Amino acid sequence: MSVHPELLIRGGTVVDATGERRADVRVVDGVVVDVAEGLEAPPQGTVLDAGGCLVAPGLVDLHTHLREPGREEAETIESGTRAAALGGFTAVVAMPNTDPPLDSAESVRNVFALAEGAMAQVAVAGAITVGRSGERLAPMAELAALGVHLFTDDGDGVQSAGLMRRALQYATGLGVVLGQHCEDRSLADGGSMHEGAWSSRLGLPGMPSEAEEVMVARDIALARATGGRVHFLHLSTAGSIDLVRRARADGVPVTAEVAPHHFTLTDRYVAGYDPVFKVNPPLRPQEDVDAVKAALADGTADAIATDHAPHAPELKDLPFDQAPPGMLGLQTALALAVTELDLPPARLLALLSWQPAAIAGLDPVHGGDQGGPVAPGAVANLCVVDPMATWTVDPTALASRSRNTPYAGRTLTGRVRHTVLAGEPVVIDAEAQR
Amino acid sequence: MDDLDADTIGEVLRVTDSFAEVGRRANPKVPALRGRTVATLFFEDSTRTRMSFETAAKRMSADVLSFAAGSSSVKKGESLRDTIETIQAIGMDAVIIRHASSGVPARVAEWVDHCAVVNAGDGWHQHPTQALLDLYTVRQSLGGGQEGTDRFDGLRVTIVGDIRHSRVARSQITAYAALGAEVTLVAPATLLPPSLEGWPIAGVRHDLDGVLATTDVVSLLRLQAERGSGAYVPTMREYSAGYSLTARRALQLPPEAIILHPGPMVRGVEIASEVAELPSARITDQVGNGVAVRMAVLFLLLGQGSLEGEAA
Repeated sequence: MSVHPELLIRGGTVVDATGERRADVRVVDGVVVDVAEGLEAPPQGTVLDAGGCLVAPGLVDLHTHLREPGREEAETIESGTRAAALGGFTAVVAMPNTDPPLDSAESVRNVFALAEGAMAQVAVAGAITVGRSGERLAPMAELAALGVHLFTDDGDGVQSAGLMRRALQYATGLGVVLGQHCEDRSLADGGSMHEGAWSSRLGLPGMPSEAEEVMVARDIALARATGGRVHFLHLSTAGSIDLVRRARADGVPVTAEVAPHHFTLTDRYVAGYDPVFKVNPPLRPQEDVDAVKAALADGTADAIATDHAPHAPELKDLPFDQAPPGMLGLQTALALAVTELDLPPARLLALLSWQPAAIAGLDPVHGGDQGGPVAPGAVANLCVVDPMATWTVDPTALASRSRNTPYAGRTLTGRVRHTVLAGEPVVIDAEAQR
Repeated sequence: MDDLDADTIGEVLRVTDSFAEVGRRANPKVPALRGRTVATLFFEDSTRTRMSFETAAKRMSADVLSFAAGSSSVKKGESLRDTIETIQAIGMDAVIIRHASSGVPARVAEWVDHCAVVNAGDGWHQHPTQALLDLYTVRQSLGGGQEGTDRFDGLRVTIVGDIRHSRVARSQITAYAALGAEVTLVAPATLLPPSLEGWPIAGVRHDLDGVLATTDVVSLLRLQAERGSGAYVPTMREYSAGYSLTARRALQLPPEAIILHPGPMVRGVEIASEVAELPSARITDQVGNGVAVRMAVLFLLLGQGSLEGEAA
């Protein structure tokens, strides 16, 4: 930060939860000091041009697989947070399915230590159960004391309804949120794509929509009964969306995220058997894609979360049914939202920044520095987005250690121009600064 | 199989006629693929299909290399892609691939440059040469002429058994439908694919007794117990009671109807032993025709142009 004591973001439109206005943003020592039109350039310091751009709180990803520790050939905290910064994210929630899993204070402290100096804030989602094995509760209070706000066994759903109920009861006393990867294993096990017309034709074992939906329905009932907060990860079916919509109308304390690939790709992309299109939950038919878009439009979905899941190339060269599921997402999420969703910029940024920040407990309300209004006194976690710029996705140009983007060669509209992390311009003109 | 239209299938069957004749000679060998090298890459065991392909290639004087996944570097952790690139670098004109995972031949075809890829069965997906040899066997039985694919128009074909897990069924359905046959599927609902949307079939039945009297070709499928199909029906006995082609059921077939089975048969489960021995059961013919069909497929892929007329 010392090299960037002062920063002026000039000529843009500031967009945050309070609204939109034409304003320059002046940052001193990592803190926003002035938001107004026609600010003077600092005699010493950096000026970032934001002409034609939106200046917003930094994006917050609720769902990032950083792979470190354990799978550093696929991604590290360093490479993953560089990808995050290039994608406009100033904070990511690291998923706990690492090796070892993030189910103890020691493993969480280790990630925090590894993330010091990273190009984005790394928050940690703790495991709900020890070893993510679904058998007994992880020490949630110990993890909460370290600042863990979201807990999940992501990669797996908590199969036992009894254990999930107990976890929710316990969570109410801690004020934390339980994220559920909704997948009933008895229905989905062995499946490698959505079960339907395409899986039948391609001869691939399928994962039916109801594998997700029965767990959504179950957890709504459990949230209603316990008052525990459930956050649904990467919802992908029309039925799930419908269940959540009705639960929220009833006042049940649930939130939901959706992933960009679930509003941009359908299961027909699997027809060439390329495992780059294998993901869990799987790509679904068009009617589900439409339902996911509708959920974003009507507020049933609170957040767009990337489910950034890097995999080494040799794993994605396996036969489709043997390859691991997952897609890169950090550097394409915002552009896919701009390109594919017919929503005003302020809505898109709400879904990518302040709403997920609140769910993750990283917003000012929870004592954090993410997603808050761009106003004097706020820590300068910001992104500057050019909503009109077009660019073509080149897998080899991505910052991730892996290449498994399903959007190779696609031209997208909307580009992150600058990212500012606690006052430091970590990305300038779409180039990482370190 | 989806890419084969009626004309192409007709051509394969015509070329098969020539090679079937070769098979009946005292010295059943032609020089059609002399100097060509083909490799069989069987990542899943199948003695029958492998022998059939290798016999086909050898009868055309091709050099044949046999790659068994169990004894190769695959066991040492080599990736499929590296295996394929190694084999291509050795210099193959064709690779014949069998794999337990659907889609592997399609992926391999994208990875290789100068090498034909023949699908010898992938997962639950496709087994094209099996479907072609079935068509050839049916055409032979119908007594049609050399051009006789029109005989399939309106032919009533009934496919019975574990369609859900069957690559044979998927290939058969496409092939029969391409030639205008009316395909009816007969299986318990749990052994049907989750969706039949877009499938070119005339109908689905859950009772074998109800369709046999109006069937010209009945094609039985093995209950694939090794794929966990057992859990899709309560007991083998209950399955056999409903879906086995017993001697009593075989009597309901019209006199000209024929019975096919891709093998290996599980006698007593999907077909009664005495039914398999009936003259209308063409199961042994299928095996013999398999070699000729595979010769035709290899010849059409590798032997075109330079060897005009030599096969006949």
